[in-house]
This record gives sequence, C-alpha cells and structure tokens, in this order.
Amino acid sequence: MSALEEKPLPIIPRTGPATATKDDDPDGRRGSGSGAGSRRRAGRRRSRGPGRGPGWIVYGCLAAVILGGMFPLWWSFLIGSHDSTILSRDSFPILPGGNFFANAAAVIDTVPFWRATMNSVIVSTVTGVSVVFFSTLAGYAFAKLRFRGAVPLLVFVIATMAVPTQLGVVPLYQVMARLGWTGELQAVIVPGLVTAFGVFWMTQYLRQAIPDELIEAATVDGCSMIRTFWHVALPAAKPAAAMLFLFTFVLNWTNFFWPFIVLGPQNPTLPVALQQLQAAHFVDYSLVLAGATMATVPLLILFIFAGRQLVSGIMQGAVKQ
Amino acid sequence: MSAPAAEAPVTTARSGGPAQGPRTGRRKPKSSFRRRVSTWDRRYSPYLYISPFFILFAVVGLFPLVYTAWVATHDWDLIMGQGEFIGAENFLHVLGERAFWVSLRNTLSIFVLSSAPQVVAAILIAYLLDYNLRAKTFWRMGVLVPYVVTPVAVALIFSNLFGDRFGLVNSVLETIGIDAIGWHSDTLPSHLAIATMVNFRWIGYNALIFLAAMQAVPRDLYEAAEIDGAGKVRQFISVTIPNLRPTIIFVIITSTIGGLQIFDEPRMFDQYGRGGTDGQWQTMTMYLYELGWTRSDFGQASAVAVLLFLLIVAIGLVNFIITRRISSSEVKR
Repeated sequence: MSALEEKPLPIIPRTGPATATKDDDPDGRRGSGSGAGSRRRAGRRRSRGPGRGPGWIVYGCLAAVILGGMFPLWWSFLIGSHDSTILSRDSFPILPGGNFFANAAAVIDTVPFWRATMNSVIVSTVTGVSVVFFSTLAGYAFAKLRFRGAVPLLVFVIATMAVPTQLGVVPLYQVMARLGWTGELQAVIVPGLVTAFGVFWMTQYLRQAIPDELIEAATVDGCSMIRTFWHVALPAAKPAAAMLFLFTFVLNWTNFFWPFIVLGPQNPTLPVALQQLQAAHFVDYSLVLAGATMATVPLLILFIFAGRQLVSGIMQGAVKQ
Repeated sequence: MSAPAAEAPVTTARSGGPAQGPRTGRRKPKSSFRRRVSTWDRRYSPYLYISPFFILFAVVGLFPLVYTAWVATHDWDLIMGQGEFIGAENFLHVLGERAFWVSLRNTLSIFVLSSAPQVVAAILIAYLLDYNLRAKTFWRMGVLVPYVVTPVAVALIFSNLFGDRFGLVNSVLETIGIDAIGWHSDTLPSHLAIATMVNFRWIGYNALIFLAAMQAVPRDLYEAAEIDGAGKVRQFISVTIPNLRPTIIFVIITSTIGGLQIFDEPRMFDQYGRGGTDGQWQTMTMYLYELGWTRSDFGQASAVAVLLFLLIVAIGLVNFIITRRISSSEVKR
C-alpha cells in the first residue's frame, strides 16, 4: 500500500471516488466567502450551493426530518414494550413499558427467530464477500487490462442494471425447484453472488486507484496475472470494497420478495420470519412490533459503526452516473 | 499485506530486481513452454476474470427473463409442469380478469403517490444538507437511518400507525376534529399509507444522491446569478434544478423500476397479504405471486410478468422524455 499512498495518483478524475472520499472533512467552512478562498474551493469541486452559514431554521428543519424518520422506529419499540391491550386503551403510551422481554420471548416462541437471524447473517455476509471478490476481479479486468471486446462487454454489464431481473421469478423458481434448492439458503445466496452494480462500481474505482505503471512493473517482473491482481488490485480496492460490502449486506438483509418465494417457513430469513409473525398473530401488535424492533436493531448497530461509509458510498455512486 | 508487489520498483526485465518474493524462475532462461503459458495467461485471464458475472447473469438473470416469455405462451402447472403451447391465451385470460386491471391501477397510483413527493422532498432535504452545516456526517447519517430498516418491518409499523380503529394517525385526526379514515378499507387512503412507507424508506437515500449532484454544481454559477440579482428561490429554480437534470432522470428511472414492482409494503399492510378485501391495494407483483403460487398457474403468472416488464419499459421511456423536455426548457429560460 505504501507506494500507492505516497505518490500522487497520475490521473485525478473529476468525479472519481478518491476525491469524493474526503467529502466529510470540514473543508474550511469558517473562512468562506472571501474571493480567493471561494474560487479555490470551486476549483476543487468544493462548491457549496447555497453557501454561507446556515441559520437555526435550517438546523430546525433537518432535525424535524430526522425525528420524523426516527419516530416510526421509536413507536415500534414503544408498542412492543407494552402488553397487547395498550392500543385499545383511551390514550397512547408516552413511555416504554416493561413488557419488551416478555414479548421478545413470545416472538422467539412463535417463529424460528434465532434461525432466521442466523440465516440473514449468513446470506448477507456470504453475498457481501462474494460480490466484493468477483466484482473486484471483473472490475480490475475492465479497468486495467486490455482485451478484445472490453468496451461492449462493459456496456452490456451497465445495461443489465436497468433490467428488472425480479420479473424472471417464475423460471428462476423452477430452476431452484429442479435443483432441489427450494427451502435452502443457497437458493437465496447463489443468485446474488455477483452484481452488475458491483462490477460497475469497482471498474470506476479501480480505473483511477491503480497507476498503470504499477501493473506494468509487476508484469515486467514476471508476475502472473492473478498474482498482480492479488497483490496490486485487491489492496488498492479496499475502500471501495468496504462500501460495496455494506451495500450488499443491507440489500440482502432487507430483501423479502425472493426469499419469501423460495424459502419455506422452516428456514426463513428475518423478513420472512416477520411475515410469519404477522400471519400468526395479527391482532397482537405488541408482539408483531417487538419482532419488528428485534429485526431492525442489528442493522441499526451496524449502521452506527459504518453509516459514515455508507453515506459517502451513496454519494459517490450518484456522482458517477 | 501486499508489500512485495506494491513496492516493486520499475525495473527492466532482466536487470534483476530486489531479491524479494518467491519469483525465482526469473533467473533461468524462459523455456518456450513457460513463455507460452505466460502468453495465454495475458490473453485469456481477463475473460476468466469477468466470466463469473456473465455466467451468473446468464443463468439467474437473462435466462429466466427470456424463458418467462416461453412460459407465458404455454399451459403450466405447479405440479404437472409444462403443458402445451397455447399462444396468447394466458395473456387474454389475464387481461380479461378484473383483478388485473385493479392491480394495474393500484400499482400506478401507488407509484405516482410515492415517486413524485419522494423526488421533491429529497431535493429539498438535499438543499438543506448542502449548507455548510456543522457536524455534516451526523445530519447525513440521520436522514439515512430509515434506509436500513427492512421494508417488512416498515410495513408492520406503518400498518399499526395507520390502523383503522386504534391507529395513532386516526386518533390524531379525531383529536383535531377530522373523521377517522379507513386506511385499510378505502382505496385511495390505503395507497397513501403504502406510499408513505415507500417514501419513509427512500427519501433520505435519494436526498444523499441529490446532495452529491448539488455539490458538483460550479459555485461560479451561483455567484453569477447573485450578481444578476437572483434571489435564493430563483437561484434554486434556475441554477440548482437544471444542473440536477441527469440525477433527476437517474432517480426517477431507478424508482420506476423499483416502484412498479412494489410487493413488500402492500403485501404486509394487513395480515392476509391479499391486498385488501376487494384488492384495494393489490399490486401487479402481488397479483403475479397470487397467480403463480396460490393458484398454481405459472403460465398466467408469467404473462403478468411480461406485461409488467412492458409497463416498466414504457413508463421509463415516458419519464425520460418528459424529464428531458421540462429541464431543457428550464435551461433555455
């Protein structure tokens, strides 16, 4: 890594990820306004639309937006921590009750909750790692290796992102049934092993993250192609790989439609288990919302630790379109 | 971890680089076999590297999509498997069902109710986030929280909030003197409730996408507008929005692809998952699921999939043309 970090990259793209990663620094907001400073910032794509320091109205509006976004989650916990009669009373609860653990125990009794959590962890982790590896492999080839048909093949990859593959569920289900995979986790894992988005993402990133000279040097030194990939591309891909992993993880954790179709009630992922919970206990909202809270908490914890990366990942992905 | 290769200096071929790494074979003159292997390696490795994507896409993406058309023109049964070729019969049958048209109407209605406010709200929030805020990361993370909540949980929570009898929303409405609304019985209210769930989850995500695009707008444009006497609102309409054009198109097209296939939220809106007593909020994907997995008719389910695909393509094109026209006329002004 050291060589990569020390010397400035030969190509600094206008909208590449490397420039955008530093997006969270406080970029001299205090000294804004004066001519020279703002011109320099504009040159660095540091342009701020509305400019100037925000007043309390801006902070107030944003705080309202965030509280609005948190409220349903808080509500879910609130109802989930009372007993089932809470909703039919005259007034709504303001403080959490003491029933959350009793409800949680009932959730675990009603549906295979631990199994579902385990399954979600397995599915999300395996697809995350696999998408990162295969996307980096393909992205490296598209970004740095010359081969016949590279351009049309890459265009094809990008085009597939616009195709709603979800609509092929009927034949896909038949394939899984023929393989005897219905009810098995691999029916959910295998279709997600590599994604067009991942390939595109990595191509974009690696194009500017690896200096061509580095690959040439490795080749001249007699490195085989796969060694070059392993020792040059993979380490350079780390920041983008972390984000791609997070994306894939969240995507698979929240996915419902396909797991619901192909997995039975015996071996569900978390969203599928939640669905069973509602079907079994439609009146008891305390139980259902306790379950919803329990399914949300793990990802919220992940988000607290890695949310910063996810945010900058989304923003980078947008600029590149 | 990668020290040997990453630090490899640019050396010429045979001058003998630093004696590190296990590349001992270099010293000996290369045999023609080794050279040939190396040539093959160079020539074919790239194809090997990109092949996982293409193989997997062919098997789980392209094949099912194409095969859907085949299934749609045949008589199918979950247990019996493929029957005979029946041409357009599945399509005619589906098009003749009232449930299909109801689901089409519901899908379009929920789509419009969710995507339009979503884009507007996301742009406004992005505008706020674009100020020089203190603790930027905190605010950006804050608006993204709903994105990590699984849609099934979102649907359960909002189904409760929008409860017809004991829901919080109706209680608040009654407190301020408005009659309770039948969120689970009437058509339009149910669509509003479902659209709210979609918006809840996606507004923050889209706001960050718009924020990225806003930050790429050259600051000079705002300065020029200010010199010309444009106020904040005018700057927003005449500078920010036109510069966001490609991003707006991108967001609308992605939300079209996702929005028209909506399944999770309406499916979980009540405990029966049928889209209401009279299909008030049954969407096309729910209808597809019902045909295929409840009524065991894969042929008709595939016919719905084909029709849904055509709808997505058509609306995508319309979106593209309209957005293009609107924003290009704004640029001219």
